[in-house]
Amino acid sequence: MNRTGAQILCESLVREGVEVIFGISGGTVIPLYDAFSEYPQIRRVLVRHEQAAAHAAAGYARTKQKAGVCVATSGPGATNLVTGIADAYMDSTPMVVITGQVATSFIGKDAFQECDITGITLPIIKHNYLVHDVRDLARIVKEAFHIAQTGRPGPVLIDIPKSVQMAVTEFEYPDSVDLPGYKPTAEPDYSHVTCAAELLNRAERPVIMAGRGVIVSQAYEELRQLAEMYQAPVVHTMLGLGSFPPQHDLDLGMIGHHGTVAANKTVQAADLVLAVGTRFGDRATMRTRDFAPHAVVVHIDIDPAEIGKNVIPFASVVGDAKTVLNMLIPLVQPAVRPEWIQQIRTWRSTHPLVPCARTSKLSARTVIRNVCRSADSHTVIVTGVGQHQMFTAQEYMSPRTNGLISSGGLGTMGFELPAAIGAQLASPEDAVWVVAGDGGFQMTMQELSTVVQEGLSIKIAIISNGYLGMVRQWQDLFQQRNYVDVALHAPDFVKLADAYGITAMRVETEEEIGPALRKANEHSGPFLIDFVVDAEENVYPMVAPGASLDCIIESPEKVAA
Amino acid sequence: MEEKLHTLVALVQDEPGVLTRIAGLFRRRGFNIESLSVGHCEQHRLSRMTIVVKGDDAEVDQVTRQLDKLINVVSVTDITRCDMVARELALIKVTATSEDRSEIMQMVDIYRAKIVDVAPDSVTVEITGGEDKIDSLLTLLRPFGITEMARTGRTALIRGAKSSINN
Repeated sequence: MNRTGAQILCESLVREGVEVIFGISGGTVIPLYDAFSEYPQIRRVLVRHEQAAAHAAAGYARTKQKAGVCVATSGPGATNLVTGIADAYMDSTPMVVITGQVATSFIGKDAFQECDITGITLPIIKHNYLVHDVRDLARIVKEAFHIAQTGRPGPVLIDIPKSVQMAVTEFEYPDSVDLPGYKPTAEPDYSHVTCAAELLNRAERPVIMAGRGVIVSQAYEELRQLAEMYQAPVVHTMLGLGSFPPQHDLDLGMIGHHGTVAANKTVQAADLVLAVGTRFGDRATMRTRDFAPHAVVVHIDIDPAEIGKNVIPFASVVGDAKTVLNMLIPLVQPAVRPEWIQQIRTWRSTHPLVPCARTSKLSARTVIRNVCRSADSHTVIVTGVGQHQMFTAQEYMSPRTNGLISSGGLGTMGFELPAAIGAQLASPEDAVWVVAGDGGFQMTMQELSTVVQEGLSIKIAIISNGYLGMVRQWQDLFQQRNYVDVALHAPDFVKLADAYGITAMRVETEEEIGPALRKANEHSGPFLIDFVVDAEENVYPMVAPGASLDCIIESPEKVAA
Repeated sequence: MEEKLHTLVALVQDEPGVLTRIAGLFRRRGFNIESLSVGHCEQHRLSRMTIVVKGDDAEVDQVTRQLDKLINVVSVTDITRCDMVARELALIKVTATSEDRSEIMQMVDIYRAKIVDVAPDSVTVEITGGEDKIDSLLTLLRPFGITEMARTGRTALIRGAKSSINN
C-alpha cells in the first residue's frame, strides 16, 4: 500500500512499539503532525520548548529502558534539541530524535528555518541520518531504533525534509538491519573472563565499582550475587546509583568528587577494583593517576573504546555487564574477609553525612534526606544539577532499582522537570519526585504548563537557597568567597505554581517537612513545595578539583584546619 | 610513551558525510591527521582510507577504537607493524630554464620519476614512492624553484597474500 513519508514514519514508530513522543510542531513537520492524528495509539506530549522534549524523552527512556522519541521542526526547533541530545549521548541514553528539514530542493540555500542539524549534532550523537529519498525512510527508522537501543545506547537523529514527508511510496517495514560497520555486542572473550576471575580470586581487599552499565543491562541480581558471594563492598558512580540496594551492608554509596568518605577510602585502599559498566568519568575518579593506587583494575564494559581511555586496567572484558557477570560468577571463589568488611563498616560509621547549615534556617541536606527516605520502591527521583543533586546522590536510600534519574556526564541544569515528565509517562503508576534547585528550575520551569496539560501528578521539591549553589560553594572554598553572579532572584514559586493551577506550599522549618511531603504524596495531582533553606550550606564530603580521591574535605571545620 | 607515525587503514561505507564524521572525530578527540587518502577499493560501495596519525601506541589504539565505533566505518586496522607497501604520489612543478632542464631530467631519472608536463620555463614532475624518497627529491629540486606541489598522502597495502583488513 502506498503511503506518504509522514505515514511511513508513524507506521514505523508503531512497529517499534513507540507509545509516547515528546515535541513541538512547526513549519517543516506539519505533514508529520497531520499524519500523527491518524495514529491515536501514539501519545503526543506537547512541550513548551524543544529542549524539554529531548530531556523528557531521556527521562522516559531511562525509566522504561527503551528508546525515547522526540520531534521538532527544522532550524530553531532542531537547535533547541541540541542540549538534550548531548545529555543523552554523555549518559548513554537510548533516544530517537526526529527533526523536520526544509524540502530537499531548498537544502543548502539558507532557506527559512534551515539548519544543518546532522552537521551540528555530529560530535554529540551515536549516529544520524538525513533522508534524501522516501524509499529509504522505513529502513532508516529501523536502523535508528536498532542503533539507539543496542550495545552502548545513545541518541540517533533522523532529519526528514518536508518534501520527503509528503512523497509517496510503497511501505514495507524491514525485519532486520544490514549495518556491516556496527558491532554492538561482542560475545565476551572467555579467556578474558578467566583472567579476570583469577585476579579476583587472588585479591584480599576487593571493591566493585558499579556504573550505569549495570542498570542498562539490568544486571542487578548478578551484581548482588557476586558482591555477596565474593564479599566485596560496592561503590557507585553517580549514574550507577540504583544498581545495588543502598541499605545493603556492602553498599558504600557514591565515589568521587562528592563521594562518601567510606567509598573513596575503600577504593584508595583496595587491592582490586572491579569496574562494571563505567567510563571512569573524572568526577568519579578525580585525579586519574592517583586513582586506586594499590589496586589491580579489572574493567568490564560493552564499549571497547572505554577500555584504557581514562584508567588503564590490568585486565578487561568487553561485553554486556549481565552476560559477563554471569560468566564470571561461577569462576569466582566464595570468600570471607572479616577484616576488610570490618574496615569498611568502620569507615562508614565514623564518617556520617551531616547537615551543616550555617544559620538556623533549614538544611538542604535535611530536606533532601527526608525526600529520599520517603521514597519507596514505587518512587522515581529526578534531579537537576548542582548542590541539591549531590545531596540527593549522597542521601539516596530508595529500595527501587533504577530509581534515580539525573544528568551525569553533561551536567545539564534544567534537566529535572522535563525528565520527570518523561519518567512519569514511562511509569504512570509510580510517584515521580523532582528535586530541583532554584537556579536550574528556572531554566525549564515553563514545563509546569506541560505537567498540567498532560494531567501528570509530579511532585516537586525546590531547594531554594537564592544562589547558584554549587558555583557559590566553589567561590567560597577556592575563590576566597568572591561571590560573582551567583546570587539570583527567583519568583515566588508558590504563586507561580498557582498561576499554572498547581497546588503548592512553602516550608521553612524542620517540623513542616514530614507533613508537607505526606500532603504532597496524598494529593492526587501535581504538587510543588518550595523549601526555603540556608543560603550557604556546602556539600561535603568533597574532593577538591584536581586532587586525588582520598584528599577529602569532610566538613567546614576541617577546611579551616 | 614514544610518539611515532602510525598507518591506519579504514574501510568505510561510501556515503555522504563519512569523511566529515572521521575528520570530526580526530578533531574532537585531539588527534592530528598527518595525511589521509581516500578512494574506492575492491569491495562494492566501500571506500578505503589510509590515515597517517602521530601518537604513542595507547593514543592511537584509542583513536582506532573510537573510529571503529562510527557506524559507517566497517573496519579499522593499524598496519604500522606489518610489512607493507606504502606509497605516496607527488606532482611537483619546478622552474626550469633551458640551462637547468637537463640537470633536472637527470635527477628525475635517478629517482625513477617522470616528467609529465613541459612548458617554456617549467617542468612538472610526477614521483611515486615512500615519503623519504619524495622528500629527498624535493631537497634536490628546491634550488631550482618549486612553483607548486601536490602530494596525495600515504596509501598502503600489506605485503603477501593476506588482506590488510581485520574482519
